Amino acid sequence: MTVTDLPVPTVGDEHGGTALVPSADAPQTGKEFTSDQEVRWCPGCGDYAVLKAVQSFLPTLGLRRENIVFVSGIGCSSRFPYYLDTYGMHSIHGRAPAIATGIATAREDLSVWVVTGDGDALSIGGNHLIHALRRNVNMTILLFNNRIYGLTKGQYSPTSETGKVTKSTPAGSVDHPFNPVSLALGAEGTFVARTVDSDRGHLTSVLSAAVAHRGTSLVEIYQNCPIFNDGAYDALKGRDSAADAIIPLVHGEPVRFGAPAEDGRGGLGVFRRPTGEVHVDRVTPGNAGRVVVHDAHAEDPTVAFALSRLTATGEMTRAPIGVFRQVRRPTYDDLARAQVAADRERRGDGDLQALVDGADTWEVR
Amino acid sequence: MSARVTELDRVVIRFAGDSGDGMQLVGDRFTQEAAVFGNDLSTLPNFPAEIRAPQGTIPGVSSFQLHFADHDILTPGDRPDVLVAMNPAALRANIGDLRPGATVVVDTHDFTARNLAKAGYEASPLDDDSLADFAVHALDLTGMTVEAVKSFGLSRKDAARAKNMFALGLLSWLYGREVDGTVAYLGGKFAKKPAIRDANVTALRAGWNFGETTETFAVSYRVKPAAVAPGRYRNITGNTALSYGLLAAGRLSGLPVFLGAYPITPASDILHELSRHKNFGVTAFQAEDEIAAIGAALGASYAGHLGVTTTSGPGVALKAETIGLAVMLEVPLVIVDVQRGGPSTGLPTKTEQADLLQAMYGRNGEAPLPVVAPRSPADCFDAAVEAARIAVTHRTPVMLLSDGYLANGSEPWRLPDVAALPRIEPGFATPPDGGGSFLPYARDPETLARPWAPPGVAGLEHRIGGIEKKDGTGDISYDPDNHDHMVRTRQAKVDAVARSIPALDVDDPDGRARVLVIGWGSTYGPIGAAVRRLRRRGLDIAQAHLRHLNPFPAELGDVLAAYERVVCPEMNLGQLATLLRDRYLVDVRRLTTVRGMPFGAEQLEQELLTHIDEISQEAS
Repeated sequence: MTVTDLPVPTVGDEHGGTALVPSADAPQTGKEFTSDQEVRWCPGCGDYAVLKAVQSFLPTLGLRRENIVFVSGIGCSSRFPYYLDTYGMHSIHGRAPAIATGIATAREDLSVWVVTGDGDALSIGGNHLIHALRRNVNMTILLFNNRIYGLTKGQYSPTSETGKVTKSTPAGSVDHPFNPVSLALGAEGTFVARTVDSDRGHLTSVLSAAVAHRGTSLVEIYQNCPIFNDGAYDALKGRDSAADAIIPLVHGEPVRFGAPAEDGRGGLGVFRRPTGEVHVDRVTPGNAGRVVVHDAHAEDPTVAFALSRLTATGEMTRAPIGVFRQVRRPTYDDLARAQVAADRERRGDGDLQALVDGADTWEVR
Repeated sequence: MSARVTELDRVVIRFAGDSGDGMQLVGDRFTQEAAVFGNDLSTLPNFPAEIRAPQGTIPGVSSFQLHFADHDILTPGDRPDVLVAMNPAALRANIGDLRPGATVVVDTHDFTARNLAKAGYEASPLDDDSLADFAVHALDLTGMTVEAVKSFGLSRKDAARAKNMFALGLLSWLYGREVDGTVAYLGGKFAKKPAIRDANVTALRAGWNFGETTETFAVSYRVKPAAVAPGRYRNITGNTALSYGLLAAGRLSGLPVFLGAYPITPASDILHELSRHKNFGVTAFQAEDEIAAIGAALGASYAGHLGVTTTSGPGVALKAETIGLAVMLEVPLVIVDVQRGGPSTGLPTKTEQADLLQAMYGRNGEAPLPVVAPRSPADCFDAAVEAARIAVTHRTPVMLLSDGYLANGSEPWRLPDVAALPRIEPGFATPPDGGGSFLPYARDPETLARPWAPPGVAGLEHRIGGIEKKDGTGDISYDPDNHDHMVRTRQAKVDAVARSIPALDVDDPDGRARVLVIGWGSTYGPIGAAVRRLRRRGLDIAQAHLRHLNPFPAELGDVLAAYERVVCPEMNLGQLATLLRDRYLVDVRRLTTVRGMPFGAEQLEQELLTHIDEISQEAS
């Protein structure tokens, strides 16, 4: 087997995710992005907060509304496209990343978004998610993780904690959950982040970084389901508990959190062990210099993966929040288009008659 | 000394050997030489699913059958006149198919006790009278090849590999064929390996010279060029023709072709072929699975490309849910099913027509879609263009049902003038006049097709999905009356395709036939050959062959009703017959085979004869 150098895409990843999407002629408002459809999530659903945040965020991109496409799968969150006045497709269970791959590869001038949930993306659609991540197709995936199946009324999901009692697991679930960030990093994801539905500011900042990234951006959004899994993230949201539960990841900053230490920064810090894994310890004047400084741009995903392992696997008592990894790698769609362009450049536009005729013809008179 | 030359009107040759012996290549080359010479021809490759099944065993036998003639022919032939067998297993696996008196060329090199045992022979059939019905030429082809190429310094293994070229040379002499085309071919194929190239060319010429200079063969044969319609021709396989048809559809519609595919036998060659033509603007996406393959194709169609997915039966099963979504979204999509033996993994390299009902009904809910089938390898080009035309102009997924026999079989193709092919109009939606709101599910009154509005146009922003939608606006609707209306409308939309398809051609030369034989897909050749045989006996029989399986041509019911008996040969257990009986309440008789091989013309002739006899007896 041989390996060849690939043609260089016309747009490099340094140009950002929306480099080829036409800009709007005039400033836009959130109202313009709001469709006329009545929103039908349960009262108190975390999806409302995310919808509001996205509707407010989209106008700030300054992109033509008609060049934005939202694709979703099946589940509560997958109703999202109906509520945005952009192009949208509410597809079938788990397949949104595959459909979005076709859209993004066919059209460089579109801003492509996928809206999915923990069941949609990680269970029935797990295969498409990991392959979108490894290919690095230019799209932003919003993964609403409420750790439960909502639309089918309360079965455990692939992110539910082991032992979860639901209608389908009255004796407690026995399967081990996925950590979506670990999974995405293992699947060669180039942009992997986590945020929380209730923190509008953080959510918006992560969305902003995700859209700016050229490639597949995976944003896990911790989202509360008030009906079937209420309070799943209370520890991260509580006035008293949040400081010790949220590990904020900021590129270039030491990873510290919790009640302040003497130097005014978080009293808890993340440290590396000689064996590679990380752990949380109290920060002292003696060890403050050894706190891990977050480097989202590190080529090697090892530390990002180690940080993702600080996420609680059972009840959600602690989780790192922020951009775990953001690295440059050519996108599948740019490379695929570059191959088409290079072949046209090399051989000229295809001549159908010549192709059909082939080399070995004969004439019958 | 030269042999006596005898004229023949047709010959069926089968090359058979181990799957690593290069029999497909020999067959392809002989075919090409016959084609360039001007014979009409039809081929049937037959190979195991295993890439290298255990050497010397019956399951490892690969063969290539070629029928060439001085007149127009329709099938690769029932019974070979000549068998070239490269080892005991190849002899044993194929000898039963020969006609009595057939010529058998055997490479004796591998007729060792061990290889005879592997093939299930207790004693060498060359030493007893078990082959007495045939003209057997037992020759050490391998030994002669190794001797001929020894000056090139190849390993014994590499030297022996050229034995297929020796065999090709010998057969080329036997039928008076030049080998220059193959010499040029070998020059290109082994350009970077001159020793291998020269050894192959030498083996080829040595085989030819062996026939010319020895007295092994008392007679050599000539088959004159066929008198076929004037024009320029090439030889083409079904998968290549189908690929070109998709490229042509892209050109005719002005749409870039987007292929989403997952490798599967016998459809992968379409993925390979389209991947080679990026300068036609083709995107060939090899997906992680069958579902992603159609998903990406559907996404590309939504985005304004000509979305295509290619697969075989098991892949169609996996794609079913997405096909249903395409039915709901009402966007163009071409789904190519190169059928193989089923169910499940079935017979991956063998042919069958058993996916018709899957194509028609294999989805949840009422999910109708048009179904189109090619009738011969070259016809795959026209059928692909037709499938794309229906998909684009009627905004619907379309199933194109090829099969393994069409995919790998080949025939001469009279080259089309591509400039003369009719345009396919995508007719993309434009913003409503006066700035009113866009109705994504408004319909064309004639076709009932909805607007195709890819993203990027201001004023056409809309949301679509798999949930039932309100007529016109496309908004989610659970209203019972609306659902009833939409289900019936989607059916009516597919039915409306019948208005744009050509009338069914019924071949009933004197209008006297009382029996109609009706088929679809690759049975066209064997049915046509059987019909000719019956007519040569002076019997009347009518033939019709369906390109459109859904919807049927409008006049089909009248055609069926006009005959006293309708017989439907199929390579399944009677799936078209089921559809016809259901639709037209006609007592269609099933005539079926599921052996992984096409019908034989002789077999069909006999079966149809029984029907003709029954009808004449009823009358008397």
